[in-house]
Amino acid sequence: MADLLEAFRTALRLILELDAELVEIVGLSLRVSLSAVFLATLVGLPLGAVAGMLRFPGRRVVTVLLNSLLGLPPVVVGLVVYLLLSRSGPLGALGLLFTPAAMVFAQFLLITPIVAALSRQVLEELWQEYEDQLRSLGAGVWRAIPTLLFEGRYLLLTAILAGFGRAIAEVGAVIIVGGNIAHVTRVMTTAIALETSRGDLPLALGLGLLLIALSIAVNAAAYLAQAVTRSAHA
Amino acid sequence: MPESGHGARSILPLVAEDLGYAVAGRRLLNGVSFEIGPGPCTVILGPNGAGKTLTLRLCHGLLQPTHGRVGWRGPGRAEAAREQAMVFQRPVLLRRSVAANVDYALRLRGLPRDERRERAAEALDHTGLAALAGRAALSLSVGEQQRLALARAWALRPQVLFLDEPTASLDPGATGAVESTMRAIRASGTKLVMTTHDLGQARRLGDAVLFLHQGRLVENSSSDAFFEQPSSPEGKAFVRGELLW
Repeated sequence: MADLLEAFRTALRLILELDAELVEIVGLSLRVSLSAVFLATLVGLPLGAVAGMLRFPGRRVVTVLLNSLLGLPPVVVGLVVYLLLSRSGPLGALGLLFTPAAMVFAQFLLITPIVAALSRQVLEELWQEYEDQLRSLGAGVWRAIPTLLFEGRYLLLTAILAGFGRAIAEVGAVIIVGGNIAHVTRVMTTAIALETSRGDLPLALGLGLLLIALSIAVNAAAYLAQAVTRSAHA
Repeated sequence: MPESGHGARSILPLVAEDLGYAVAGRRLLNGVSFEIGPGPCTVILGPNGAGKTLTLRLCHGLLQPTHGRVGWRGPGRAEAAREQAMVFQRPVLLRRSVAANVDYALRLRGLPRDERRERAAEALDHTGLAALAGRAALSLSVGEQQRLALARAWALRPQVLFLDEPTASLDPGATGAVESTMRAIRASGTKLVMTTHDLGQARRLGDAVLFLHQGRLVENSSSDAFFEQPSSPEGKAFVRGELLW
């Protein structure tokens, strides 16, 4: 018990003193996950709009597929990206395995379905509400997409935040394709996994505390976004 | 007063020929034929479920009939669509300012910025919303929101304005304000085509009546004739205020 308390105290000191190693790891985590979220938003929002607003054969299949990809296991995504990027794989020539780029790619694959599935739901509901009026004003479905992306901006932000929360907290994909190399591909989750198994509890605990704080911040932001939407309806 | 049509040739009369609409084998509208001429206001009357809203949506082109057709004089569909606007029972507004809501509709028509600003200001002025131009549209009362929907439609200067139960969700005060806005739009030369189940409103605003019952057109006459001497038993019962099924 005393050991645990000591570890906790050291962890707090690492955070408060902005320990160089800790800062480096947190910085890489944010860089990788924010890049993945940015790319996932670029792809996921239009995908959600198409699945939620266009009527085409197979639309339900797409919806079910997107929803089932919500729970994609990170280790499986990591394995697939590993096979793609390994030297003998189809993208092996790029030499991306065990680089932050590979980690961004893996997280991008993991969270694009999240952004797409959640935004599909938002946009489908908005389209039901707005379709007649927008068509009456002369906007077809393609013209309506940017309009509804703007109309649903706060709810879509929560979809993006959900993707970020998933990316920053996952360990399975980044540990396989990144390899947890110190100063190169070591992020918060992989560092926690390693330091815990090595018995360096203070660093693991410090990173864990920061991860939880980040998660709270993300959820608070999502809550605020929804509150703003609700008050705009009142 | 904004002038409607701005020189474009008239798209009226609107002709419905043997109009029918069926969903999953159920015929909701059956063999409805009529002509809507350039008179000031045609009212589509009938009890709930008569097919009023459906008829309006078919006329405006939001739905395609499963039988028969809707035609406008002269121009093709695309050109005719630009000369129409519609106001719905519940106002559908964008989450932006009052002025931006009007501007959005004008931008879809491809109007230049100066003209958009001018028309929006004029429409808000005529609907008594000028002081609220900068407010968030969704922060307005329901009555004000419906007036904004009317202002947005008016700014388009349509030849024909469809209104689907425009006051059904409003209290009497807001209804009065919306009706007076509708009168002003009518006076500017826009043809109104509205549905209502409110007999008083039909009398106050309409000059021609299409009376629907159970998906069929039962009467097509002037407002005076319909209210004083309905020719069908259903029409008589409806004017007397008896429930119809």
